[in-house]
Amino acid sequence: MHRMPGKSRVLTAVASLYLVYTLLPLVWLLINATKSQAALFATPGLWFGGPFSLFANIGETFTYDNGIFLRWLGNTLLYVVLGAGGATLLATAAGYGLAKYRFSGRRAVFAVILGAIAIPGTALAVPTFLMFSAMGLTNTPWAVIIPSLVSPFGLYLIWVYATDAVPDELVESARIDGAGEIRIFFSVALRLLVPGIVTVALFAVVSTWNNYFLPLVMINDPGWYPLTVGLNQWSGQGRGAGAEPIYHLVITGSLLTIIPLIAAFLLLQRFWQSGLSAGSVKQ
Amino acid sequence: MASTPTTGRPRGSRRRLDRRGWIFVAPFLVVFALTFLAPIGYAVQLSLFQEQAFFGGTTFVGVDNYVELFADSRFWSGFLRVMVFLAVQVPIMLALALVAALAIDSARLHAAGFFRIVIFLPYAVPAVVATLMWGYMYGTNFGLAADLNDLFGTAIRPLSLNWALASIGNIVTWEFVGYNMIIFYSALRVVSNELYEAAAIDGAGAFRTIVSIKLPALRGAIVIATIFSIIGSFQLFNEPNILRGLIPTVLTTDYTPNMYAFYLSFGGQQYNYAATVAIVMGVITAVIAYVVQLRGARKGM
Repeated sequence: MHRMPGKSRVLTAVASLYLVYTLLPLVWLLINATKSQAALFATPGLWFGGPFSLFANIGETFTYDNGIFLRWLGNTLLYVVLGAGGATLLATAAGYGLAKYRFSGRRAVFAVILGAIAIPGTALAVPTFLMFSAMGLTNTPWAVIIPSLVSPFGLYLIWVYATDAVPDELVESARIDGAGEIRIFFSVALRLLVPGIVTVALFAVVSTWNNYFLPLVMINDPGWYPLTVGLNQWSGQGRGAGAEPIYHLVITGSLLTIIPLIAAFLLLQRFWQSGLSAGSVKQ
Repeated sequence: MASTPTTGRPRGSRRRLDRRGWIFVAPFLVVFALTFLAPIGYAVQLSLFQEQAFFGGTTFVGVDNYVELFADSRFWSGFLRVMVFLAVQVPIMLALALVAALAIDSARLHAAGFFRIVIFLPYAVPAVVATLMWGYMYGTNFGLAADLNDLFGTAIRPLSLNWALASIGNIVTWEFVGYNMIIFYSALRVVSNELYEAAAIDGAGAFRTIVSIKLPALRGAIVIATIFSIIGSFQLFNEPNILRGLIPTVLTTDYTPNMYAFYLSFGGQQYNYAATVAIVMGVITAVIAYVVQLRGARKGM
């Protein structure tokens, strides 16, 4: 902490206004997840009304259409574990390799990766779809998992982090003890990289869990949808001819979708905040 | 953008050892080539061909698709729309993020840690959920817009054509202020205390400290956040496309260039032309991001 002229009530009050704006939709979601479909239309949006239906809504969310929500949850977990898990592993190994070995071509790799950070996934989704379609990969989980495996930002963060977190002397002395390069990585370096790895993993999990465009493009079969695409399809059911609105399930399903990630960010605060600060030391 | 992290001192005898670094980098590069380089190459190839209307198959047409795109008003109207979005939404979002980061870092806020985590939380909410929440709240069925209009006697309809872009801007702002705030805040954390102490000895007030120490320290972070926001604006897709599910007659399929490319592919099977749209948008985005980076670097000391 720097020099402190004392806390300011005015500043806190102004900041609280922004806090209200941030929390408004989340509070709205929480309140309306407790309402039945009929009460949703009949009662004021920002207060409770009608019979308390939260548990009935949760039950119906999981059983509607033969439990398709549970299937979407399972698909999301599959994409997160393999996609974000793989992305973290690949980024950690590559970041460590770039930080601790001075092979020729290192500069070129750095330039390509930095360029890639500027290319958003959405720009690549359509060409990737066309390519995967030619390879027969579309409409399979691989079409979502494989593009999720690459995190240029994660690689950059681990590279910066590993430069200081893994001392060269430690790697050297492990070599003198006769350990191979891969063994050094797994038994010496990984342990020291934990805050960086948690940060990279958390952001990879968020981007995979929240991904919408990629699965929208790649997956046709609702049986392979993740939660995001499925929820949007449920919302669309309320429109057009033969509409079957299930807004109460969209709202409850949305609440269930965001709880795990918000919990993860809150519980892992200490890790990811120190990981990010370390990343910005070198900027 | 950032300085290259350095490794230990080079030693000639270590050359063979250092080459083993490829063991760690190669797996990443293989997947990277498959998911970044190959699609770009494939898109360039596609953009040089056209579907045959009657005979099936495709023929090589050179730059015809590009010529067609430059005269395509549906593309340019979407492009203009994201430019307006960029010019209005990005400054508002980054200014809010900057003020929030400075306030939290100032040590004058009660419960600063609580503010930091809550303002960041929307980043953990998927675009689908964020857009559906706001979209429902915007609506007249069970939304808040109707209640507020009754209360204030206004007639704002967030889901009408005139208001739609502002409504989307609000959703994107809500989602990303916290993310940018964390980027700025992380950069402020590493300013050394000695600088603040020196400023205090010189009698600098809070405002002077912000202008002459904190803002210069944030320059790199601001350039990075600006580049990411420009990219996000040009690639705008999730929020308008999900909102379109609620108001299909208001938002057209060419509302943004990225939506245009998507519906060309999946509504019209015009894959070659869609690839052309993706490439032109990618090139424009890269050029502007590059210019911002150069300008950001030049303004430095």
